[in-house]
Amino acid sequence: MHSQDDSESLAGRVAEACAQGGPLRILGSGSKEFYAGPCAGRLLSTRTHTGIVHYEPTELVLTARSGTALAAIEAVLAESGQMLGFEPPHFGSGATWGGTVACGLSGPRRPWSGSVRDAVLGCRIVNGRGEVLSFGGQVMKNVAGFDVSRLMAGALGTLGLLLEISVKVLPRPECEITLCFECPFAEGRERMIRWGGSGLPVTGLAWDGRLHLRLAGPEQAVSTAVRRIGGDRAGEGDAVWNGLREQTHGFFAGEGDLWRLSLPPAADTGDLSGSWLIDWGGAQRWLRTDAGPAEVLAAAQAAGGHARLFRSANPPAMRSAPLAPALAALHRRVKAAFDPAGILNRGLLPEVF
Amino acid sequence: MSLPERSVERAAFLRELKRVLPEEALLSDPEDLRPFECDALAAYTVLPWIAVLPETVEQVRAVLRLCHSQNVPVVARGAGTGLSGGALPVADGVLLSLAKFDRILEIDPANRMARVQPGVRNLAISEAAAPFGLYYAPDPSSQVACTIGGNVAENSGGVHCLKYGLTVHNVLQVSLLTVEGEPLTLGSLGLDGPGYDLLALINGSEGLLGVIVEVVVKLLPVPETARTLLAAFSSIEAAGDAVAAVIGAGLVPAGLEMMDNLTLRATENFVHAGYPIDAAAVVLCEMDGMAEQVEAEIARARRVLESHGATEVREARDEAERRKFWAGRKAAFPAVGRIAPDYYCIDGTIPRKRLAAVLGRIGELSEQFGLAVGNVFHAGDGNLHPLILYDASHPGELERAEALGEEILTLCVEVGGTVTGEHGVGIEKLGPMCVQFGAPELRQFHALKAAFDAGGLLNPGKAVPTLMRCAELGRMHVHGGRLPHPELERF
Ligand SMILES: Cc1cc2nc3c(=O)[nH]c(=O)nc-3n(C[C@H](O)[C@H](O)[C@@H](O)COP(=O)(O)OP(=O)(O)OC[C@H]3O[C@@H](n4cnc5c(N)ncnc54)[C@H](O)[C@@H]3O)c2cc1C
Ligand SMILES: Cc1cc2nc3c(=O)[nH]c(=O)nc-3n(C[C@H](O)[C@H](O)[C@H](O)COP(=O)(O)OP(=O)(O)OC[C@H]3O[C@@H](n4cnc5c(N)ncnc54)[C@H](O)[C@@H]3O)c2cc1C
Repeated sequence: MHSQDDSESLAGRVAEACAQGGPLRILGSGSKEFYAGPCAGRLLSTRTHTGIVHYEPTELVLTARSGTALAAIEAVLAESGQMLGFEPPHFGSGATWGGTVACGLSGPRRPWSGSVRDAVLGCRIVNGRGEVLSFGGQVMKNVAGFDVSRLMAGALGTLGLLLEISVKVLPRPECEITLCFECPFAEGRERMIRWGGSGLPVTGLAWDGRLHLRLAGPEQAVSTAVRRIGGDRAGEGDAVWNGLREQTHGFFAGEGDLWRLSLPPAADTGDLSGSWLIDWGGAQRWLRTDAGPAEVLAAAQAAGGHARLFRSANPPAMRSAPLAPALAALHRRVKAAFDPAGILNRGLLPEVF
Repeated sequence: MSLPERSVERAAFLRELKRVLPEEALLSDPEDLRPFECDALAAYTVLPWIAVLPETVEQVRAVLRLCHSQNVPVVARGAGTGLSGGALPVADGVLLSLAKFDRILEIDPANRMARVQPGVRNLAISEAAAPFGLYYAPDPSSQVACTIGGNVAENSGGVHCLKYGLTVHNVLQVSLLTVEGEPLTLGSLGLDGPGYDLLALINGSEGLLGVIVEVVVKLLPVPETARTLLAAFSSIEAAGDAVAAVIGAGLVPAGLEMMDNLTLRATENFVHAGYPIDAAAVVLCEMDGMAEQVEAEIARARRVLESHGATEVREARDEAERRKFWAGRKAAFPAVGRIAPDYYCIDGTIPRKRLAAVLGRIGELSEQFGLAVGNVFHAGDGNLHPLILYDASHPGELERAEALGEEILTLCVEVGGTVTGEHGVGIEKLGPMCVQFGAPELRQFHALKAAFDAGGLLNPGKAVPTLMRCAELGRMHVHGGRLPHPELERF
């Protein structure tokens, strides 16, 4: 695999920008630009900063430079019978390791195997001053200093440019089976609650008009679980999970607004109408609706969660509910603690800078 | 960070506190303050200026507002079982006990979560969830006593966190009061929250960023089966290698723990768990889940342990014996406490593959310092707990124990590990922090702290050393052959 350490030049570019006050736009492959939204500044690409720095299967830890292709990392893990537990989306063939962690998006396995931030163990970053800093490490448990590494996951590069990220990886299950059930949502919801809390080796639970259940583990365990539950083995195998993870599922086709709601799994969204796709056993819900942003955001909040306009042909002013004032002020101070000149991905998180 | 001048007199401040707190919630008599003078790192004691035990969030807010307006430091305290001096009072500050916040507010079985006050004991959550077939997974050995607020503040682990994660992986939402007394909600009842992941940051923040007043934790279904293997080894190196082999085989045990001979004997005398006391080391390996899954995994684990030098592999015959195996492990600290006047518990984490080498080196250091060391630890996570035995009544022995502890932690950093896996930095590991981090990282920590608490009033002097202190200690993190803080030329 190609390997090149650009840490110094990347840090130099940030330091220079900091001195001049010129904003920078961090780019991996640009696969997730739709999500992050427009952002001002000179392009700073991590594409040539590549390579797996450290990977030892018996340690369950992998460290890679941020420009490394996500696909390459997954291939290397697969050779040793391991995987990323958070099953990240690629959204395009070029997705990079840095973009994956910066976006913090996790796939269908997330409720059972953890999110991106759950897997993060350590990182090297360039902060907005151009300083190269190391946090966390390559060990499973580490409470030395504030947990800056996990804070980087999902921060969209607004707190620092990620140079290297170490994550915990998982063994690939010996066997995986997807079952499928025809049922309306009410019944699907009831089964999701039951199976989600059953101790069965569940690693995927989604409803798209039919209920899909993925079981994983040792062969005997999976076949026993199948026996206990009944149901049809899905003809499409694990295609449904790939479709959910990469948003190639038919539900995602089309131009209309796409909302993501993050909710308690059994939450009732009341009168909010539209067409729904339910993932994560109920904890992540995709919605296409004619309802206005205010209505969607309020419904999500009332249910104890939050919503974000994930994709939109014409992004409105409001993609997500404004943070409570004290929390918003804290976000701005946290941003300033890492990037006092406000040069990193300016405008990407409007609530922050 | 030096504290701004405080002008307020104690008597005057007590009068103001009296206005916002009921009489019994306010302690100022030295005799009443004594129980708060230390946490479980009992070698260090400081009598707090004043202690308060509020009962409502409104009262906590009022206390924080008062302290903030008068520049009075605040140290939050749960059960005081911390092992790094995190809850050690400061002599000119208020000790804020959350002990009265001991109510479980809600168990929501459909959403598998529990909403609890910060002073609820760790084990009490699992007890309350049990009727629903649920439990709270992180299980520190101190779980009968320690509070969920303390667990979040320390990001505590337990014997089952290899499979189920640390506190940070099992907390959904935290309600926090800022140093100004402003309420903040971090996370959500879903699996993530809006904005930055400040929830992750709060876990392990040791009371420096805010006061936790409510926690929503994730509950898991109680596994239908749990089975435990006990494997004996004739050398500690072989046991270390076997642990790495179990993980390498793609197994994720619910618990994978190790005890050396010294700990084994002490524990056996204490709880009579039936441990093979002639073994150099014992590994406990637990699998849990569906019966058929556990069956398959136990069989594989047994094969791996046997083919990696185990002299004996024994399975707990029944639930009672399984509990015994674990009771011994969980009682290891107090058991060792019985064979020496004092012990000092170290908490480094290392890459698993270095277990054998590091344990060997700890043995050498133990001889060099003339102090016995017992090893009991979360082997699956590479989280070591060397217990240094000493006698505080012998002049100089505490200092020798601490020096040995620092040597061990430096060793952990050298092999790519960390100076604290789960017990936190507190006041105890400020020196080792200077070994692990350079000045730019420490500066970043201070900047982050200031974003939450500009005046440095929350738990001052803990968790993150000042650059000055690192320079004075002469323990400089040397990175790439360069001195870390050249700006401090006088050193
Ligand atoms: C919410 C969301 C939804 C998305 N949906 C789709 C989709 O439906 N289809 C599709 O094709 N793509 C989509 N994407 C694209 C997303 O671009 C990919 O998931 C992802 O893997 C990005 O990898 P990348 O290398 O292309 O990152 P980029 O798109 O280049 O960057 C993503 C974000 O991460 C930041 N970033 C990148 N590298 C670093 C670094 N080293 N340090 C710090 N910050 C960094 C960028 O500044 C940017 O904010 C989506 C992205 C997001 C965030
Ligand atoms: C015998 C024994 C065994 C132990 N075993 C383990 C183990 O297996 N794993 C492990 O991780 N730890 C273990 N510990 C350490 C300790 O029990 C944990 O760190 C625990 O989480 C501390 O909880 P506490 O309620 O006692 O907190 P305290 O000791 O009272 O406080 C700890 C820190 O948290 C802060 N804090 C407390 N409450 C709040 C709040 N509400 N808001 C903000 N900050 C707060 C305090 O300021 C302090 O910095 C053990 C300790 C003992 C004595």
